Amino acid sequence: MKISEVAKLMNARIVCGEHRLEEEIKHGFGSDLMSDVLRTEAEQLILITGLANLQTIRTAEMADIEFILFVRDKKATDEMVELAKENNLVVLETSNSMFKASGILFQAGLTPVF
Amino acid sequence: MQVKYQVEGGDFTSAGYASSQVKKLLKQLNVAPKVIKNVVVALYEAEVNIVAHAYRGVIEVELDPQKITLVLEDEGPGIPNIDLAMQEGFSTASPAVREMGFGAGMGLPNIKRNVDDMQLESQVDKGTRLTLIKFFNA
Repeated sequence: MKISEVAKLMNARIVCGEHRLEEEIKHGFGSDLMSDVLRTEAEQLILITGLANLQTIRTAEMADIEFILFVRDKKATDEMVELAKENNLVVLETSNSMFKASGILFQAGLTPVF
Repeated sequence: MQVKYQVEGGDFTSAGYASSQVKKLLKQLNVAPKVIKNVVVALYEAEVNIVAHAYRGVIEVELDPQKITLVLEDEGPGIPNIDLAMQEGFSTASPAVREMGFGAGMGLPNIKRNVDDMQLESQVDKGTRLTLIKFFNA
């Protein structure tokens, strides 16, 4: 699934990484626990999370995760966006809950990693 | 080749800076992506541990052609029971640490599974020394 399709399904705001919207992703992983995120090994994975702070971006950087979807209207701060841009990440924000976002994306074909 | 980073306890804004720098360095040296990820995940968890639990610490990175050695030494409360600290799910993290998305008792186990060798020594009320080794060809 293209990131642009994820954005459309989530009615998401594209915070940064507009130039990567045509890239494909295959997997989704939802967690607010960064140590769990650091255990993922898949590529082409989008992190669905309600934890919006600098460590979310750092965790994505370390775990080689390039796509982040913040749920329940959690907003990326300027500092977070700056760090995300530095790491060439795509960051999306949606008002959907983690459950709803995960359900819709699962149904649309994204697969789990565990 | 040796590099050194200072880490301040409680400074969650900068937590991960050293790990990020080491990641850039390993990329420049063309280390395999899988190995880079193992190293930086372990280092990041360990760096967060210093920020979460200690007053201050130093990270020493030593690179040779075969391996990377990371020594993280902190001044802090120390770990009274290392076996307990190694158990998945055991945590003494503060609510502030949990708010940052950590403190679930997975840090030390995550570190161990990403490196080839891990040595943890600690003295209560003095500090903790963590030595990690990862071979590049593993």
